[in-house]
Amino acid sequence: MMADSGPKEVAVIGNTDLTSAELDNNIKNTMVEIEKGTSLLRKMEISVAEAEKRTGKNTVNMQEIYTVYLIETRPVDAVTEGITPDSLWRRYSEFELLRNYLLVTYPFVVVAPLPEKRAEIVWHKLSADNMDPDFVERRRVGLENFLLRVASHPVLCNDKIFYIFLTEQEKDWKEMVYETGFQAKADSRLKAMNAAFRVKNPDGRFTELKHYSDELQTVLSHLLRVRARVADRLYGVYKVHGNYGRVFSEWSAIEKEMGDGLQSAGHHMDAYAASVDDILEEEEHYADQLKEYLFYTDALRAVCRKHELTQFELEMVALDLASKKQQKEELVTGTVRTFSLKGMTSKLFGQETAEQREAKLQVLEQQIAEGEVVVKEKNTESDEFVKTAWVDIERFKDQKDRDLKEALISYAVMQISMCKKGIQVWTNAKECFNKM
Amino acid sequence: MSGTIDGVVSPTQTITIPADISGQMLDLDEDDDLEVFSKDATLADGSMFNASMQTSPGSMVNQYKFEEDEEGDSKDIFITVDNPESHVTAIETFITYRVLTKTTRSEFDNSEYEVRRRYQDFLWLKGKLEEAHSTLIVHPLPEKFVVKGMVERFNGDFIETRRKALHKFLNRIADHPILSCSDDFKVFLTAQAWELTTYKKQGPGFLSRMGETVRAVANSVRGVKNRPEEFTAIQEYVEDFSNKITSLDKVTQRIVKEQKEYLEELKEYGPTYTLWSGSEEELVEQLKGVAGCIERCCKETEEQVGHLSDTLVPALHEYVLCAETLKAVLRRRDNIQAEFEAKNEALATKKVDRDALKEEIDKLEDRVEWANNALKGDWGRWQRSMRGDLKSAFLSTAEKNVDYYEKCLAVWETFLLSQRTEPSEETDRDDTS
Repeated sequence: MMADSGPKEVAVIGNTDLTSAELDNNIKNTMVEIEKGTSLLRKMEISVAEAEKRTGKNTVNMQEIYTVYLIETRPVDAVTEGITPDSLWRRYSEFELLRNYLLVTYPFVVVAPLPEKRAEIVWHKLSADNMDPDFVERRRVGLENFLLRVASHPVLCNDKIFYIFLTEQEKDWKEMVYETGFQAKADSRLKAMNAAFRVKNPDGRFTELKHYSDELQTVLSHLLRVRARVADRLYGVYKVHGNYGRVFSEWSAIEKEMGDGLQSAGHHMDAYAASVDDILEEEEHYADQLKEYLFYTDALRAVCRKHELTQFELEMVALDLASKKQQKEELVTGTVRTFSLKGMTSKLFGQETAEQREAKLQVLEQQIAEGEVVVKEKNTESDEFVKTAWVDIERFKDQKDRDLKEALISYAVMQISMCKKGIQVWTNAKECFNKM
Repeated sequence: MSGTIDGVVSPTQTITIPADISGQMLDLDEDDDLEVFSKDATLADGSMFNASMQTSPGSMVNQYKFEEDEEGDSKDIFITVDNPESHVTAIETFITYRVLTKTTRSEFDNSEYEVRRRYQDFLWLKGKLEEAHSTLIVHPLPEKFVVKGMVERFNGDFIETRRKALHKFLNRIADHPILSCSDDFKVFLTAQAWELTTYKKQGPGFLSRMGETVRAVANSVRGVKNRPEEFTAIQEYVEDFSNKITSLDKVTQRIVKEQKEYLEELKEYGPTYTLWSGSEEELVEQLKGVAGCIERCCKETEEQVGHLSDTLVPALHEYVLCAETLKAVLRRRDNIQAEFEAKNEALATKKVDRDALKEEIDKLEDRVEWANNALKGDWGRWQRSMRGDLKSAFLSTAEKNVDYYEKCLAVWETFLLSQRTEPSEETDRDDTS
């Protein structure tokens, strides 16, 4: 799609109509890439096995305590042979660095999110303390999930920096990442926001996607917050029943006929109160699954921003080209259609000489020629981006629908399990009361 | 013992009464003892204990030993309390309840009575019964008003709870072999409003009641010296029981509170899934399904909390009040004994008319024995009622909870089933990944 239309036309519209052939081609390519992608996981088993506390000096030379995570890898066939995996330790900040690198290097990819740095949507039992063992454990699971997501991504899995992150402790990995110069490629937030505001013709699908990710973020945050409150209340209900256990036990001591029934009923009440811990721990895993997709919305928005930026840049260069062409036309025909300071001054101070005009024309023609090349490049860039991004977005959508469907089903399973436990406890209690 | 008292039976002899004591109760002409006892509402007041009364503590014993079975087949008086109505006068607003009585007892002229009574009337009845039978255990009345919880007197739930408690109160009295024969009870059930007002004005006046209270206070200050071991045991039990039942009452109320708060949050939770479904395409069905399940569980939770409030909470609260009643009964028994002991001591020390004092002491001694036997008899009865009532309340709660979880289980299983019957889409996806 070229912007070499007349001076009036500046619009550059993103490619919204893929022909069916192109669509098929895309799908085929994706399949191949999935094949290639899963080949990393086929070759290698990856896990984040442990977490440990370390002390050390930080950047401002102060003592700090931090957690490191053990990454284990081994070739898949080695599992059966019982060969021990290779392992190395990484801390959370290194994971962050890896992810930032991937975000910048593959801006068309919806990059999987990391687990929370700090526990944010909590209910009272979980402390917001990063050193809390439950939190560390859930973070470990989250980090493993991140690595598996990246390793199973058709494009990302081939990245060398990622591979080294997983496998080689000796090299200064951080140094290597910085050497890629990815930070220079990163677009500033300000630039991106400016583009988002001023872009004229973004691809409709991306606009829709941006709205969707905003909606999803709102909806999921709200859901998770309410869920946390529900969990808190449920905890309260179950735990108060523990008091029955204590009082029944004391009461049974002064009763002759009712004593046995009361005592055993009390035990069941204690069991009931204790059962809520496991129930809520399981639910926390469900919440983590939803949280992952909550955090995914950031990645979605990042892709949309990149599109807006490339589209905006394309529009800018196209605009510039059109303006240059217009100037040339004016120069050639001698008519002034647009206001320019030069035009005004020439009116005031006399016309230019023929030679001056000729020189100007030559410069303009040069600029136009260069401009056309740039526009062509930007267009290709934009097209490429839209194409590759949209393939990944479709992949992401399928993954999301699958994962969340599964999560909802597992939630129902959890509720069923909770009900069954309740039935059992109260049936037992009923039998005890019968003996009173 | 005075020579005028006939039919002395020693207190240690027990005469078992057959299960159907109603027949015996109605033979008023034959059994002078019983007739005198049941009509005289002033027996409890030591100063009016008439020496000519043909009663002996021993013969009283038979009245208080009854077999365990006092079931429905011997029940001959049925009372319902219902139909609360609000009355507004210039001075006040109050509620009356309809009291419907059906009976085959011959001391009642009719077989059916319908009257309206207000809470004050119930209070009066309780007072009279406790006066006449100070060491019998009278089932408690619901409290005057609930201070905590900001329940208003004329709130629908409050009235219903009170109505149920009043119903229970009257039926417990009707079931009691001694209390149900009380004249005051009969008047309460049968008299029209103005008749009752007149009747209430009879009996010991305010001053004599004051005198009683002063004496009771004086006795309690003095304290009892030789309390029989069994009553000490009962007192210790009552202390412990009171603590335990109060704790259970508090725990249960706390559970209701927590459950209600849980329900509030749950009501907000379901809609978050519905809201989410608005943004999705493939997941709409599942999300709406989950929202629906949560909504249905909300309904079940509401029902469960309601049941707890209607059944277990009132039952436990009733026995909190019972514990207080028991403490009062034990205190009154102690006072009776204390009074006797005081006079007995005076006999040894003071230089008064020994004969008159001796007579008084004999009467007081009888009174003590009579009071002890009354309490002993009623104590067993009370324990059985307590066990029955609380067992039934806890059983009902456990059953309801099982029912609650079973219903919620069905809700989620239905949802799960609806999801699992769509495997075709899933398997296609699995092939490509």
